[in-house]
Amino acid sequence: MEHYLHSKVPLLEIKNLETAFKIDGNYYNAVDQVSFTVERGKILGVVGESGCGKSVMSLSIMKLLPKGAGRIRGGEVKFEGKNIEHYSEKEMNKIRGKDISMIFQEPMTSLNPVFTIGYQIEEVLHNHFKITKEDARKQSIKLLRSVGISRAEQIVNEYPHQLSGGMRQRVMIAMAIACQPKLLIADEPTTALDVTVQAQILELLKDVQSVNDMAIILITHDLGVVAEICDEVMVMYAGEIVERSDVRSLFKAPKHPYTRLLMDSIPKMDVEEEKLGSIKGIVPSLKDMPRTGCKFANRCPKAMPECTELKPVLAEAEKGHEVSCLLYESSKTGEGTNVT
Amino acid sequence: MLKYTLRRILGMIPMLFLISVVVFTLALAMPGDPFSGEIDPNNTDPEYIEEMREKLGLNDPLHIQYARWISNFVQGDFGESTRYKMEVSDLIAERLPNTVLLGATSLVITYILAFAMGMYAGRKPYTLGDHFIGGFNYFGLAIPSYIAGVFAIYIFSFQLGWIPFQGSVDITVEKGTLEYWLSRLHHVITPAIVLGLLNIASYTQFLRNDIIENSRKDFVRTARAKGTPEGKIYNRHILRNSIIPLITFLGFDIVNLVNGAIITEAIFTYPGIGQLFLNSVMNQDYPVLMTLTMMFSFLVLVGNLIADILYGVVDPRIRLD
Repeated sequence: MEHYLHSKVPLLEIKNLETAFKIDGNYYNAVDQVSFTVERGKILGVVGESGCGKSVMSLSIMKLLPKGAGRIRGGEVKFEGKNIEHYSEKEMNKIRGKDISMIFQEPMTSLNPVFTIGYQIEEVLHNHFKITKEDARKQSIKLLRSVGISRAEQIVNEYPHQLSGGMRQRVMIAMAIACQPKLLIADEPTTALDVTVQAQILELLKDVQSVNDMAIILITHDLGVVAEICDEVMVMYAGEIVERSDVRSLFKAPKHPYTRLLMDSIPKMDVEEEKLGSIKGIVPSLKDMPRTGCKFANRCPKAMPECTELKPVLAEAEKGHEVSCLLYESSKTGEGTNVT
Repeated sequence: MLKYTLRRILGMIPMLFLISVVVFTLALAMPGDPFSGEIDPNNTDPEYIEEMREKLGLNDPLHIQYARWISNFVQGDFGESTRYKMEVSDLIAERLPNTVLLGATSLVITYILAFAMGMYAGRKPYTLGDHFIGGFNYFGLAIPSYIAGVFAIYIFSFQLGWIPFQGSVDITVEKGTLEYWLSRLHHVITPAIVLGLLNIASYTQFLRNDIIENSRKDFVRTARAKGTPEGKIYNRHILRNSIIPLITFLGFDIVNLVNGAIITEAIFTYPGIGQLFLNSVMNQDYPVLMTLTMMFSFLVLVGNLIADILYGVVDPRIRLD
């Protein structure tokens, strides 16, 4: 495994991932042919509306899809060069919490109400290391301090209901970084928190990221959050990636009409607007998804006749900036203009 | 918690007073009176009867009769059984161990079976095993204990000869020996299972459904994301949460432990409190009847109190003060 550390193998490599849900006996793809890589120590933002498959994608990586409902139908998930997508539960349990860990949207319900905070942090340590109870307790107090909880000695003996939402999310982060994972998946970690706490949690995520030199996949529907802490960004719509680039280039020149509309719907301080921009309609349900052409075509203000027939391909329209839209020549052929 | 418990116990006093009034009134409303058991049945001379009524205080105004009964009652004098001609307290003390043994055995069987089946079915819902357990339970729920009891006696006692069909112990064995206790266990096991059948079914299905519900909770996903093995997730994270609603049942179980199974004891002619209660109703044995009714009511209150205190112990979100 050591030789991977210095090689060029990306930390996480996903190829053609397809995750489907069963509705009335048929499978419908919630994540459709998604491919991307995450480099060590980088923060990748994943943006999109509710229901676009962001969460399902992240749960697929961890193989935490709700039993019986969702299924990975195809594709590869490579972690440090090893294909983990057909790992057994037992093998996955060695990775979960240790190499890849995850924090969730709902800090209020993500902690078990009947166990102390200390127990819940120590559990992840006991799962992956041979460690005595005393050492685990010391470690969990240290972890709580590192996520900015001051009364750590008392908090370890308290129960989740005694803490505020922001505190609970800090506890979740402490739990997630306990084994110094290489990858942290944060599924809308700030959505349920109020604005001031959101900023603190983001700041904390940035801190722990640089201290532990881990990669983060940050799932959010808040472009402001992306602009603040991400290195790279991926825009998803209806289970597909529609645009991917580094943060600067995306905010400077968004290419996909969907990305542009998303940006227009952020309130701006310097422009006086009568009405905040919005995107008409909602993401179609899995069953009603267009079968041919671009899935965004029916909501797209720039839709052309061929959009409903020809399927665009995600390809480089500019160096390091991929987009999947027929407005760009690259998406028709699948060949990037500047591919080197 | 101590303060809470004391307050609850104090709160029981007015409740018990009201219950005693109801019990007394209901006893009066029953056809007949305790009188018939107290006099010489061959002497029907109206003068003698009137004299005895006066002597026994049955001609006094109701509130005086009530005051006399309740003041004796709170001092621990429950009166004398009109049928058995012995102190009610002695009579109950004689029967109580049998009923406690029956109730406790039934409870142990219920818990072991219900937890084993409920945890299995909850972890593997909608599988063949789950359906089998579900089928067994609905069967148990659907069959009344008097039917199950009669069939159990017919099959296991008369046909197979595995178990005795009546009594609480073999009269030939010496008291206190191992044989004596084995004989008691032998006598108690079938009525205990019959008594537990309904409880097993409701416990199992309740636990199963609660485990399924909890397994979909966010905290289970968190535990999975930490790499916690599946077995530990079910046996610790989920079970610890699913026990909380079961405590409501436990409150009732405590009552059942002592009030016995009236029907089950009658069918197995098992000399316990349930049988005593039934006999006291049939024989208009008022002192026994009223004492037992008061005792059952008191136990309901105690059972609820214990359940409420246990909630505070099991669920950290509930604070008792």
